[in-house]
Amino acid sequence: MAFAAFGSGGGGKHSSPTKSNGKVALFLLIPGLSYLGLFFLTPLISLVVTSLEAPDPSGAIGVYQYGFEINNYVYAIQTFWPHIARSFTYALIATVCALLISYPLAYFIGVRLRTRPLLQGLLLTLVIAPFFISFLLRTFAWRQIFSSDGVVMQFLHATHILAPDQYIAGTDFMVIFGLTYNFIPFMTLPLYTTLERLDLRLLEASSDLYASPATTFRKVTLPITMPGIISGTLLTFIPIAGDFVNASPEFLGGAKTAMIGNVVQSSFLETMDYPTASALSVMLMAVILVLVSVYVKKSGTEDLL
Amino acid sequence: MRKFSLGKWTLPVYSTLAFIYLLIPIAYTFVFSFNDTFKSNISWRGFTFDNWVNVCDQQGVCEAFGSSVLIGVISTLIATAMGTAIAIAIVRYRFKARSMVNLLLFLPMATPEVVLGAGLASQFLSMGVDKGIVTIIIAHVMFCLSFVVVTVKARVASLDPALEEAGRDLYASPSQVFWKITFPLLLPGIMAAALLSFALSFDDFIITNFNAGPATTFPKYVYTAASKGIPAEANVVGSAVFLFAILVVVTVQVRGAIKAKRLAAIK
Repeated sequence: MAFAAFGSGGGGKHSSPTKSNGKVALFLLIPGLSYLGLFFLTPLISLVVTSLEAPDPSGAIGVYQYGFEINNYVYAIQTFWPHIARSFTYALIATVCALLISYPLAYFIGVRLRTRPLLQGLLLTLVIAPFFISFLLRTFAWRQIFSSDGVVMQFLHATHILAPDQYIAGTDFMVIFGLTYNFIPFMTLPLYTTLERLDLRLLEASSDLYASPATTFRKVTLPITMPGIISGTLLTFIPIAGDFVNASPEFLGGAKTAMIGNVVQSSFLETMDYPTASALSVMLMAVILVLVSVYVKKSGTEDLL
Repeated sequence: MRKFSLGKWTLPVYSTLAFIYLLIPIAYTFVFSFNDTFKSNISWRGFTFDNWVNVCDQQGVCEAFGSSVLIGVISTLIATAMGTAIAIAIVRYRFKARSMVNLLLFLPMATPEVVLGAGLASQFLSMGVDKGIVTIIIAHVMFCLSFVVVTVKARVASLDPALEEAGRDLYASPSQVFWKITFPLLLPGIMAAALLSFALSFDDFIITNFNAGPATTFPKYVYTAASKGIPAEANVVGSAVFLFAILVVVTVQVRGAIKAKRLAAIK
């Protein structure tokens, strides 16, 4: 998995499980797994329960009682259909952009620089460098850079690339730009891990057999690095689909860029419409579970971590 | 080699452009931490060290930073302890429901943060728990745990079991074997996991926002400030953390490279 790139050494030489002392294994597993049970699994169930709740008869805001209101889902879909569609469209475009930026970058670090490990390490650090500065600060920086009275916009207006009444801040473009930026490392790292292991002799063989560089890439490099592409796509697409910081008007978004995440956060924390927020979260989670199960079916559970 | 390269310069130039793209907001944040601001930190008004020297003068910045560090340290300690135990179990032991365990560990990493945040918040709501620092820590341990497992697992997998066997052959007790052999050998992996976990906790906004209640963390401070303009002091904190983190990582890498060179020279 991608984050193994952070760890030191990934050799699986001794990795086959040797002992079968169930008691020790249980002792080691129980604290962490029960923690995840309590604070990851039960909250998901709690979301499903909340998503079916009905308003309290007293009519008080933010008070709900147990129920089986499937209508909450109908309401959520009917009202927030544009937000749902927008989230997945943004996520799709931003993931493709991240792939197009990351693949050559990962190829350069993982294949071209293979003989220079220190440079490889330092450039990988540059790839994850954005993680070291606050996510909100770096997103806000883009907003400032593209703000209507900023240098970039003055230049674009002066050169008539944009009409005087056209702005970038608050547009779909700006949000997708920010989403792409923020999640590039999640794409680059898994691509790097597969490209770093790519056997160059296969490429040589292909070119010896008179394949053009383009054919070699299409028929050899691309299929071999497909696991990295898939895992990078998952790691990028999922957080983007649920993001709400980039699309919020205080950051890169505008009046018409709200995504599912924005609706969930405002329904939950501002209007206290817990059932709608939960219904949207449950639907988002359902889509993610479908994606993950397709992935698990293809590559098994051992490679997940 | 040359035959299948995409042209000698295309790739380096493309990569340089990509790196510039990745680094622009970082450079921007750093530069604007030195801005001689008046009311807002949008246009450049002149260079000053004031923001760096008097960071804490801006109300709330240092308090938010302090609570983020506190939350980060506590969550990291708990997540690293539990995650390391799981990593050892997964690599070293055979047990039933193995694929279920893998899946349970993978899912928190694959779940969007809004879902994790809203889920936990709805659970706290139905249990009637008041939100605050404790609920933030509970949330952070939850999403850091899997990342710790992944990072430590790589280290456990590269550990030669023969070393521990040798310890046992020399009549070391199981706890001696663990503390004198296993733990020191795993330490670099555990440290990497702890750093990653701290970084994730320190930078988290979405999950925190759902479970913070009245408590503030540094990211939450920045988010709240964003609507009226983020003060330059926040840029100072962000830049300082960035420089510190980069320094640590680069030092570790350069030291590793020197060590590798020495080892190669011996061989």
